[in-house]
Amino acid sequence: MATGYHSLASNTASQAGSTLFGVLVVVGGFVAILAIVFAVAGRVTGRLEKPIAVVICLGPALFLVALGLILPALTTINNSLKNQQFLGQIDTKYIGLKNYTYAFSDPYTQHTILRTLAWLLVVPVAAVFVGLLVALLVDRMKFSSVPKTMIFLPTAISFVGAAVIWGYVYDYADPSRPQTGLLSQIAIGLGWSNPPNWLITVPLNTFLEMVIMIWIQTGFAMVVLSAALKSIPDEIIESARLDGASGFTLFRTVQIPMIRNTIVVVLTTVMITTLKVFDIVFTINNGNFDTDVLARQMYADMFVTAQVSRGSALAVILFVAVVPLIWYNVRTLRREREIT
Amino acid sequence: MSTTTSPPVKAQQPLTGKAGVRAVREAFSGSVASFFAVAIAVLWTIPVLGLFLNSFRSREDAATTGWWNFFLHPSFSLSGYQEVLTGSGGLVLPLVNSLAITIPATIIPIFIASMAAYSLAWMRFRGSDWIFFGIFALQVVPLQMALVPLQQYYVRGLQIGGVTILPSPGINGSIAQIWLTHTMFSLPLAIFLIHNFIAQLPASLIEAARVDGASHLRIFRSIVLPLSLPAIASFAIFQFLWVWNDLLVAKTFGGTSPDSQPVTARMQTLQGSYGSRLDLLAPAGFLTIVIPLIVFLSLQRYFVRGLLAGSVKG
Repeated sequence: MATGYHSLASNTASQAGSTLFGVLVVVGGFVAILAIVFAVAGRVTGRLEKPIAVVICLGPALFLVALGLILPALTTINNSLKNQQFLGQIDTKYIGLKNYTYAFSDPYTQHTILRTLAWLLVVPVAAVFVGLLVALLVDRMKFSSVPKTMIFLPTAISFVGAAVIWGYVYDYADPSRPQTGLLSQIAIGLGWSNPPNWLITVPLNTFLEMVIMIWIQTGFAMVVLSAALKSIPDEIIESARLDGASGFTLFRTVQIPMIRNTIVVVLTTVMITTLKVFDIVFTINNGNFDTDVLARQMYADMFVTAQVSRGSALAVILFVAVVPLIWYNVRTLRREREIT
Repeated sequence: MSTTTSPPVKAQQPLTGKAGVRAVREAFSGSVASFFAVAIAVLWTIPVLGLFLNSFRSREDAATTGWWNFFLHPSFSLSGYQEVLTGSGGLVLPLVNSLAITIPATIIPIFIASMAAYSLAWMRFRGSDWIFFGIFALQVVPLQMALVPLQQYYVRGLQIGGVTILPSPGINGSIAQIWLTHTMFSLPLAIFLIHNFIAQLPASLIEAARVDGASHLRIFRSIVLPLSLPAIASFAIFQFLWVWNDLLVAKTFGGTSPDSQPVTARMQTLQGSYGSRLDLLAPAGFLTIVIPLIVFLSLQRYFVRGLLAGSVKG
């Protein structure tokens, strides 16, 4: 027994050691190759110096971007027009836009899309609302960094970790036994004798999963909005006060309009993240009990249920939905930079 | 007694200018606004606190009663951590794997992106602006679009019309394909962020070095790279958190054996199989989040700077 335990431990240690050694070799090797290339190419002078430097500096990035982003994006668009089912399938045919008409006519996928839209409406608005509220509250506070850090903290937590954490909030136990989930305990404490099993209660479970996303995204909204509030010149607030604005009026007529662009950028940024939500739904219910969203169904289509082309069509739909959001974001940011 | 004397009341006098604004701000501090801010902050922390407390409770307590019972019947035990760390299929190797993925996937893009950013910012050539905008625009490509094509590339190389253009890198099934994927997908953001910083370095500095006969590669290595450390730090912490917390890439390209998975993928599996073992879920969950939390708390300043520079990944 003891020897078995020891061999297990030493196995683990040796495997961990070899993995970390591999990392050292990779990173060290990469830096060494760079150093050698720089040393050799650095000897070139004259007319060829600049072209060679451009190739060395820009080449790797362009190669990786083409290999990892451009070609795959084109391939996925191409795949979405075929009838490919599993990875590596040879005899595939082009079937036009059938995968797209399927996505919008299949009842299950329709529900997935509608649910993703619900995420898209609820999460960004709620995160920006709470984030703005906190940003305003701490704007006048002395030790604001402590509550700000506490609210910002979930940003560093993975969606998987968040799902585990919130498992202890949503956990279900028979009402006759001691409760292990905080939400049930509060519900019972408030006099609800028989709270439901939260995570399999439709449609409540979708909203409870949204709460996790809001919990994570609020910190981001708060930090960006707080910085925007701080950047409003004191003179403007002062003159508004001289005109008699205070409290909520000041907030509504001066502060909000001044940071409107930032609010919109935060809103669209959280939208982009929410549109791709995968981990939370995947970890908590794996899309069962009517919680499926676009990114989760796409993953299942591609790698679980062997519907590569249908999954590719969903990926393209995701892409088409993201483009206007990012375009709007970039436009707003650029306009803001031109003004300031 | 005299320890709680109220602050002396100042004579009311009209305040103007910055002093007035400050007075109004101070009037709000310590009152209702602060109370609500602290209340929300506490509310936000309660779920993490629950996980933290549960991870140290004894097996029976954690499995049968809620974590708030800790305050009534404190119990302390490290058996959960011990089992999660030493049991077979435990978290030691996944934690090592996560490091093995995150470190190269953070360091390698830093070099590739800052080299590209320097060449696009300071080695002007025809089309350099277009290349920059093109790379920047690639941020719109969602990761989801690349999963199947990259998977095919890793397995059998890049083929167009049945002809192999580029052979498979031969890393199929290893964690190398996870960090390679993350490296590729980090580049648009990394180049954008670092370019914005490098482009604002004083031109006289680089011109002076050119006049002195320094080559571009030398200027990059000994002037530009050290000066861009703030931008690099912002990107690095972003990328570290992103890669460490990623599940989608890890699920798609990582192996299925517990020994070859990063910690997020392992945790996602455990969430299912530990479903009946609430006592193990808490220590495992805490181990999953503790390293990014440390990185985040110690380097929060750089992280915020990156956020405000418009670097939001998705």
